[in-house]
Amino acid sequence: MKKEIVVCRCEEVTLEEIRQWINRGYDSFDELKRVLRVGMGPCQGRGCRDIILKEIARAKGVPVSEVPVGTFRPPAKPVKLGILAEGGDK
Amino acid sequence: MTWKNKAEAVVIGGGIQGVSTAYHLAKMGMKDVVLLEKGTVCSGSTGRCGAGIRAQWGLEMNCRFGLACVDRFEHLHEELGMDVGLNQGGYLMVAYEEGEYNQLLANMALQNRLGIDTHIVDYDEAKEICPGLAAEDAVGFTFNARDGHADPFLTTFAFQEAAKRLGVTIHKYTECTGIRVADDHVVGVDTNRGSIDAPVVVNAAGGYSQFVAKMAGLEIPNYSERHEILITEPVEPGVCPPMLMSFSGNYYIQQRPHGSIIGGCSPEGHPADFQLGNSWDFLEHMSKTFTKLLPRTKGVRVVRQWSGLYNMTPDRAPIMGEADAIKGFFLTCGYSGHGFMFGPVSGDLMAQLILTGKTSIDIDPLHYRRFAEGKLLIEPAVV
Repeated sequence: MKKEIVVCRCEEVTLEEIRQWINRGYDSFDELKRVLRVGMGPCQGRGCRDIILKEIARAKGVPVSEVPVGTFRPPAKPVKLGILAEGGDK
Repeated sequence: MTWKNKAEAVVIGGGIQGVSTAYHLAKMGMKDVVLLEKGTVCSGSTGRCGAGIRAQWGLEMNCRFGLACVDRFEHLHEELGMDVGLNQGGYLMVAYEEGEYNQLLANMALQNRLGIDTHIVDYDEAKEICPGLAAEDAVGFTFNARDGHADPFLTTFAFQEAAKRLGVTIHKYTECTGIRVADDHVVGVDTNRGSIDAPVVVNAAGGYSQFVAKMAGLEIPNYSERHEILITEPVEPGVCPPMLMSFSGNYYIQQRPHGSIIGGCSPEGHPADFQLGNSWDFLEHMSKTFTKLLPRTKGVRVVRQWSGLYNMTPDRAPIMGEADAIKGFFLTCGYSGHGFMFGPVSGDLMAQLILTGKTSIDIDPLHYRRFAEGKLLIEPAVV
C-alpha cells in the first residue's frame, strides 16, 4: 500500500503527519486542528473528522465514543461574503 | 505525564505568554519549570487572535517593543526549529478622518526616529500594495513593509516543542485553583490534580488573569472583552497582501499565506461576560466591511467565525512585573489585544526579570502600580 494517504483533503494532511503529531502529545481533534489545520478547510471536517477520531482512539486505546469530537463553528456551510453583506430581515 | 510536587517555577497559562516565558526560563538555565494549562495549549486568546505583528505604534515603548518583536519573529524559525508561518506583507494603516491621519503622521515621525521605516503612501501606491483596494474615502495611508502576521498556533507550538526539549513540563487539562502565599512570598499552587511547591509563580492566564491574581490576594484592574473574527475559504494569493488596518474604519483584514482571509473588528458594547459565542450582527457587519474595502471578495465564502477574549487594562498597555507585596509572584497579562505579537519578546523579558532582576527593554513603567500612581500609558494606535 502506498504510504501517502491524504486524510484531510481540504488542507492536504496525510495519515502519517496525523500519527506523528498524536505521538507528540497532540491527541485531541482540536489540538490536531490547530497544528495541522485538519478540519479548517471549506468542508469543516466533514471528510476527515471521523477518520482522525478513530486514529486518536486507536493511539490512546479507548473506544472512539470516548474521544471528544472537537468544536464545530458556524456557518454550517460556507456562505459568500456578498450574500452576507446584503443582510437579512431582522 | 508524571506529577512532581516541587518546581523552581510554575507558569499559569498555555498561551503565547506562558509558553514563551517557560521556554525562556529554561533557556536561561532554569531546570525545573512547570506550565499549567486548564484546557490545551493555545486554546485560549492566542489561538483565537488576528495574528498581526507590527512596529507601527504611537508610544515609544510600544514602538521599541514592536520593533524588537518584528526582529525576533524574523529569526524564530531557525531558533525554534519549526516554521511559524511568518508573512511580512506590511501593515497598511488607513485613516478616514483628518485627526486620525495627523495621529498616524505623528506616530510615523516617532517610529522613524526609532529606526522603523514607516512611510506615507498615496492612494495609487496603496492600490499597488493592495490590488483591488477600494478606499476613495480615505484621507491617507502609512505603510511599514516589515510588519505582517504569523501563525499563532505554529508559533506557540514551536515554543512548546522547544520548551519540552529544554525539559519544561507542560500539564494540560490542569487548572490552577489556588496560590499559596506565606510571609509575603509565594510558596506554591494548588490545582485540580494536586499541589506544587514553587518559589516563583507566573500569572500568564490571559483572559482569566484577574482571577488568578485574586487567588494570590492581588486585585488588578483587568477585564476581558469578547472580540469576534471570521475567516474565508482559501483563494489565490494577492487578494489582500498587507494587513489592512483602520482605527476609525474599525477593521483589520489580512490574507494568510495559504490563501484564507481573516478579518475582525472591535465589538459594539464591549461585551465582558466571558461568553465565547458568535453573532449574526458581526458576520453581517464584517461582510459589509470586506466587500466595501475589497469588492472582489464578494464571491469569496466565509468558512468559519469565532471569538476570543482581549484581556484589557485601563490604559490598554500590558501588566508586566513582580507583585509588590507577594515576592515571587510575577504577572504578564493584560495585553489588550496585542499579546501574540509581543509574546516572543515579553516571555524573554519576563525570564530576564525573574532570573536577573533586570531586563534588556525597560518594563518598569508596565508595573501595575502605574494605575495607583496615575502614570497611565495611553496608546493611541489600537483597534
